[in-house]
Amino acid sequence: MAFWTNRRSLLAGAGGLGVTTSLGACANGRIIGFDKVRKTLDISNQGEPLSLDPHKASGSWENNVIGNMFIGLTTEDEKSEPIPGMAERWETSADGRTWTFYLRRALWSDGEACDAHDFEFGFKRILNPETLSDYASILYPIKNAQAVNNGEMDPDLLGVTALDDLTLEIQLEHPAPYLPQLLKHYTAYAVPKHVVERHGAAWVKPENIAVNGPFKVEKWWSNYIIHLVRNPSFFDANNVVLEHLYYYPTTDVNAAARKVMSGEAGWSTRFPSNQVETLRAALPGYVRVAPYLTCNYFSFNTTKAPFNDPRVRQALTMAYDREFVASQIYKTGERAAFSLVPPGIANYPGTARYPWMNVPIAERKREAERLLRAAGFGPNNPLRFEFSHRNTSDNPRVAVVAQNDWTSIAPWVSVELRGVEVQVHYANLRAKNFDAGDGGWIADYNDAKNYLYLFETRTGAQNYAGYSNPAYDQSVHLSDFESDAARRGELMNQAEQLALNDAPMCMSVFINSTNLVHPDITGYEDNLEDIHRARWFGIREA
Amino acid sequence: MLAQTIRRLIVAVPTLLAIITACFFLMHAAPGGPFTKERQVPPAIEARLEAKFGLDLPVHEQLMRYLSGLARGDLGPSMVYKDKTVGDIIAEGAPTSAILGISAMALALLIGGGLGIMAALRQNQAQDYVVMALAIAGVCLPPLVVGPIVQLVFGVQLQILPTGGLYRDEFGLRYLVLPVFTLALPLIAIISRLMRASMIETLRSNAIRTARAKGLPEAQVILRHALPIALLPIVSYVGPALAGVMAGSFVIETVFQLPGIGKQFVLAAGQRDYTLVMGVVLVYSVLIILFNLAADLMYRVLDPRARAT
Repeated sequence: MAFWTNRRSLLAGAGGLGVTTSLGACANGRIIGFDKVRKTLDISNQGEPLSLDPHKASGSWENNVIGNMFIGLTTEDEKSEPIPGMAERWETSADGRTWTFYLRRALWSDGEACDAHDFEFGFKRILNPETLSDYASILYPIKNAQAVNNGEMDPDLLGVTALDDLTLEIQLEHPAPYLPQLLKHYTAYAVPKHVVERHGAAWVKPENIAVNGPFKVEKWWSNYIIHLVRNPSFFDANNVVLEHLYYYPTTDVNAAARKVMSGEAGWSTRFPSNQVETLRAALPGYVRVAPYLTCNYFSFNTTKAPFNDPRVRQALTMAYDREFVASQIYKTGERAAFSLVPPGIANYPGTARYPWMNVPIAERKREAERLLRAAGFGPNNPLRFEFSHRNTSDNPRVAVVAQNDWTSIAPWVSVELRGVEVQVHYANLRAKNFDAGDGGWIADYNDAKNYLYLFETRTGAQNYAGYSNPAYDQSVHLSDFESDAARRGELMNQAEQLALNDAPMCMSVFINSTNLVHPDITGYEDNLEDIHRARWFGIREA
Repeated sequence: MLAQTIRRLIVAVPTLLAIITACFFLMHAAPGGPFTKERQVPPAIEARLEAKFGLDLPVHEQLMRYLSGLARGDLGPSMVYKDKTVGDIIAEGAPTSAILGISAMALALLIGGGLGIMAALRQNQAQDYVVMALAIAGVCLPPLVVGPIVQLVFGVQLQILPTGGLYRDEFGLRYLVLPVFTLALPLIAIISRLMRASMIETLRSNAIRTARAKGLPEAQVILRHALPIALLPIVSYVGPALAGVMAGSFVIETVFQLPGIGKQFVLAAGQRDYTLVMGVVLVYSVLIILFNLAADLMYRVLDPRARAT
């Protein structure tokens, strides 16, 4: 009897399971995030683009979309290394200041020729102050770019000239061996001159736009979806596999992960790092963690007491237990930062380090106390300051660790924490309205200059620490005018060591990129820039 | 009645002006601005950006500029989304929020109303306690908790409903089930409690005693005589509440990834997109004023006493 009951309940159970599965399977209209038949990929992107105009973009989530629509003189391969894009080859003059690019014959998606004139137009447009580009400043190595961008010079005097339809000459202020890196950045994309002249700012609307890249925007529904379709006019269109890309701005990382777990997205450009183990178990083969061009660091306001004394800054930098933060707060293998420039940067020796890097933390704290006492602090003159931090993601938890490390140097050190909304926080940093404050930095291209720039005197408000060291400025300046890549790297490395010794900042951790990627997507390669162009994606058949 | 409606609409104008002014000054009092970011915009460009949007003017002049634009029906350009105007963004998002809000409210009225009546008729019996316990739970569980739970259960584990709100860029009934249910849950809870209380009170009134004394069948007593009177508090609740859900729910639209204006509003406030915040506040205010007016008009239909005055 018991046997029968069991068998019946087993059968009922099986029937129930069957119903559930069939409902799941025949649920018509269910989104398949990576649809191999329709060659469609749904992507959880970490934010809503503020613009699809490459000259007005400024975020990595915008780059994720725009970089699939436009191609610069150079472009990214699967590993985000620079390879020929619209330019088939280029030559550099002996002094490294004149570059000549030879373009391939190619078309815009509306059938018009995409040539050197579009590039000349593009560079002049982004640097024209009327365009109001946030990001034009990264093109300042181009001759006269800064003066043009500041409105002090006519854009026609910019050092970019179309010698003929397929030859473009770029003159530089100083040698820049990293130019191929820079020219694959979205600020250096060509825009279709004929369309921009016809439609003005509205050229980028889906009904007007023309692109030279592998995909073209079909629809953009604010803060919800961007639909790209394959562009048959793209010069390498025959090798582009995917037909449709749908981007969803998913600011909530948990929702982004759920969308992949439910199969509605084939790729999420982020996931919650504290759930990495759960995700590894639930989604075998999806989790991708890789070193990234991002660092978190704290700035000390060197323009006023107590942080105008380098000993105080050195003491606090030394006493901060970044290994603990890297291993306990972050869960995806983040690395403690003992340098300003992350490891693995191109053309860079990367040997600059905090000198006490291998000293155990307890000993570092004793040394920190000695430094603070030497700076005149002690039981009768306690060190008190405020540490402001962004109140987002893991930053508040990191702040508590820093507070604990600093107050444990000596009983007369006290730190008050202040969590601030991101926008307000950066406004305070720029106005030097802070004692010590956290911040993050994502480099725009793979070059050490991108980090060293943060501490140059001429950087102005974004040099939050207000750090000013003539020797540092001089080294960085010299490196700008050095055409030999190895020598240039050496100069920058020296500058980095100076900044680490002076400690206007306390380096915290190098953040990793985190992606969830359907294992059947081929052509996705982990890389330092976290740039993955859909042009390279293919489909692995089971 | 027409005269009164027109009078109410005229009074709405100064109300809206007051709301706009208050909101405008509040927003400009918040620190930071639309162009403050991690990476600094070169000062020369920032100055031009500010000049373009008039942010270099004194606040009262900015307000005048905004109001004169508004008088011409222009909500202005978005300060953050460079390719779009505030009008574009609201036009893209409003239909979704409206569909979501109206469906949730309709569902809540049906279920909440029904449960409330049932509880009132079985006052202090098991059904009553069950309904009221569920109502308390509905009020206590915020959509921020319910949303992810239903997503996990129905979307990820059972895989019978999608976790997102739309089928890519198309509306589909299946896709609205979870968000509408989640949005409706607290409304169901509130409406069922209101309905129960109001129905209990109505059933004790002289009018109903009279109806019963006349020997009318119970169904007719409830539906024909008690319900219209008992609905009055619901109507005054539903007016502003409908404006609230139609102006979009940030939580629902974020959790279910829906393209509504509630999400736009909260994001815009964080990004200091002054014009977009003002635009959504304006939409919300207009809805509130209209639905309050509609609620008052409904009163006249339902309550003979209001008709008499």
